[in-house]
Amino acid sequence: MSDGTETLSRNAEAEATLAGLGSYRWGFSSDIEQELAPRGLNEDTVRYISAKKNEPGWMLEWRLAAFRAWLKMESPGWAKLAIPPIDYQDAHYYAAPRKKPALASLDELDPEIRRTYEKLGIPIEEQKVLAGVEGARKVAVDAVFDSVSVATTFREELKKAGVIFLSISEAIREYPDLVRRHIGSVVPVRDNFFACLNSAVFSDGTFVYVPKGVRCPMELSTYFRINAENTGQFERTLIIADEGAYVSYLEGCTAPMRDEHQLHAAVVELIAETDAEIKYSTVQNWYPGDAQGRGGIFNFVTKRALCRGDRSRVSWTQVETGSAITWKYPSCVLAGADSVGEFYSVAVTNNLQQADTGTKMIHLGPRTRSRIISKGISAGRSSNTYRGLVRVGPSAEGARNFTQCDSLLLGDRCAAHTVPYIEVKHPIAQIEHEATTSKVSDDQKFYAMQRGLPEEEAVALIVNGFCREVLQTLPMEFAVEAQKLLGISLEGSVG
Amino acid sequence: MLAITDLHASVGGTPILKGLTLSVGAGEVHAIMGPNGAGKSTLAHVLAGREGYEVTGGTAVFLGQDLLAMAPHERAAAGLFLGFQYPVEIPGVSNLLFLRTALNAQRKLRGEPEVSGAEFLKRVRAEAQALGLDMEMLKRPVNMGFSGGEKKRNEAFQMGILQPRFALLDETDSGLDIDALKVVADSINRFRGPDRGVLLITHYQRLLDHVRPDRVHILAAGRIVESGGPELALRLEAQGYGAIAA
Repeated sequence: MSDGTETLSRNAEAEATLAGLGSYRWGFSSDIEQELAPRGLNEDTVRYISAKKNEPGWMLEWRLAAFRAWLKMESPGWAKLAIPPIDYQDAHYYAAPRKKPALASLDELDPEIRRTYEKLGIPIEEQKVLAGVEGARKVAVDAVFDSVSVATTFREELKKAGVIFLSISEAIREYPDLVRRHIGSVVPVRDNFFACLNSAVFSDGTFVYVPKGVRCPMELSTYFRINAENTGQFERTLIIADEGAYVSYLEGCTAPMRDEHQLHAAVVELIAETDAEIKYSTVQNWYPGDAQGRGGIFNFVTKRALCRGDRSRVSWTQVETGSAITWKYPSCVLAGADSVGEFYSVAVTNNLQQADTGTKMIHLGPRTRSRIISKGISAGRSSNTYRGLVRVGPSAEGARNFTQCDSLLLGDRCAAHTVPYIEVKHPIAQIEHEATTSKVSDDQKFYAMQRGLPEEEAVALIVNGFCREVLQTLPMEFAVEAQKLLGISLEGSVG
Repeated sequence: MLAITDLHASVGGTPILKGLTLSVGAGEVHAIMGPNGAGKSTLAHVLAGREGYEVTGGTAVFLGQDLLAMAPHERAAAGLFLGFQYPVEIPGVSNLLFLRTALNAQRKLRGEPEVSGAEFLKRVRAEAQALGLDMEMLKRPVNMGFSGGEKKRNEAFQMGILQPRFALLDETDSGLDIDALKVVADSINRFRGPDRGVLLITHYQRLLDHVRPDRVHILAAGRIVESGGPELALRLEAQGYGAIAA
């Protein structure tokens, strides 16, 4: 292994100028020294990452097995996406802030990182204030900056409740048995090309364990941010709700402006035991590329939940507005009897963005129920596809599914597609699928404008109304953010 | 207050308004009557600035400003309200959210502070009561599942909350039963005042039984062909458009 640590220190002024050229509101990059893995991907890279994180031997072996499997796999081609070839050797697979802090408080955080957060409007300060307010709901922020968690708040209070909320690297060291038992149990290493790659090179992520009968005392929130040039981000998240436990997890992201494509291939695994409930909410706003389609994040994510216990429940809510390409199907395997899976999605594409997103509801247990509400909004010359699978296995007597897919078109150069797959192997099951496609009508727009709304606000209001069913499933603080984001994402798409 | 001079407008290349001249002073209520296809609704849409209605000549000055140069939302903020003949449904957006967003957008453009939640609700309750509108209904999405009469009452409700300077009411009376007609007419009468103007576009005399206009104009083939006092509407009702526009 070469000692290929590079230092990357960039000219903040030039970055600022660059950012000013684009219309991406949060397209900037902060000037922080970074420790990078050598460019390229081979077994040494995997060993480098594992060594950097002081991982136990079993973890390294697991990664290496994944890497060897990945070499034999091919990038999937079935989605309705035009994906340019990705050179997996031309990237750094690990980037960490040079000063790796183990912080007692946010005050010890690298001031440059703090500034970046403030520019992004990530309300760490605000949330600290919120947390101090009597009776206010607390939001714990496990802030992931590039790949390494650099600040964790509210850990003590969570600890009191018995909730484990750590970066996955820490969890591997501190709770190796828990991690080893569950990692890869929902998304197997060889599940798909991108999940397999993630298994080999995942950099960091989040681990949550909520013990039996515990209702997590606050919303858990992680903000992801990609900040190093050419650094693939490979987040790994594992959330376990033990019997009768409840947890709500919020994930939100924005990314700095980049001229080169950035690959993001996360894996999220959720496990709900008997009577447990997990609510997982995402607001995703990665750099979508400019109006000509240059730059932008490639987002190839594998998210899957296992409702293992009877009467367990998992709810996915996603608001996807960013990324040049989105390939993402948060799914539920409904194994426990009477378990429930839900998927609420808003996907917005503008300019040349492409999204192929949806869900898979796999009904295995009897009387399992699932509900899918998908709202796709296409503007510009974008392409927006809903792809969803509802499968009822031979043991899923009395399974029920309801699916509603609505598409909204802005302008006449965008595309919306709905691709439902329905497989029913039990005679006693009830599956419903509804789909609509509509346009923002001139009547609606004029009506709102006549009452005083500027055109873009009028469209944003109408679009928010279209998405209401999904937005109202978000926790309050996210719902407001998501509404604003919808407006911002569609700027320039009218007129 | 509103002065329209020699207004020409086309829709899809077809001339509809052909030299319309009309002036409404502060404190006045005018009614425009006319046969189908005369250009009544076109006039309303042109004044409100709807896309697709092309002004090919003439001027419209509203409170000293060039109305035709303004964007639709600027006209609204300047105080022009259009009561729609066919109010539009907006799924997922509650009436109250819609109205409050609109009110604050107008205030922002006028450089006024946002209206507080409490103040807004106070206005809403008073206006809803006056119009016999159920608060629960107002929390439902804009005009969704409303009957024709409810939609028209909702237009009157919005006018009451937005407090414009000038109300342009396009066939506000159509689709109303007698009781609802009276309620809506009352709201117009409450609205009228010394610094406000109203232009009623209607087919029928019956609204004018409840809202007494200062002036009545007859629009035919894109022009005002006759103007007079309230008695003109009565004559029209008795003799029909044919006799007058001929």
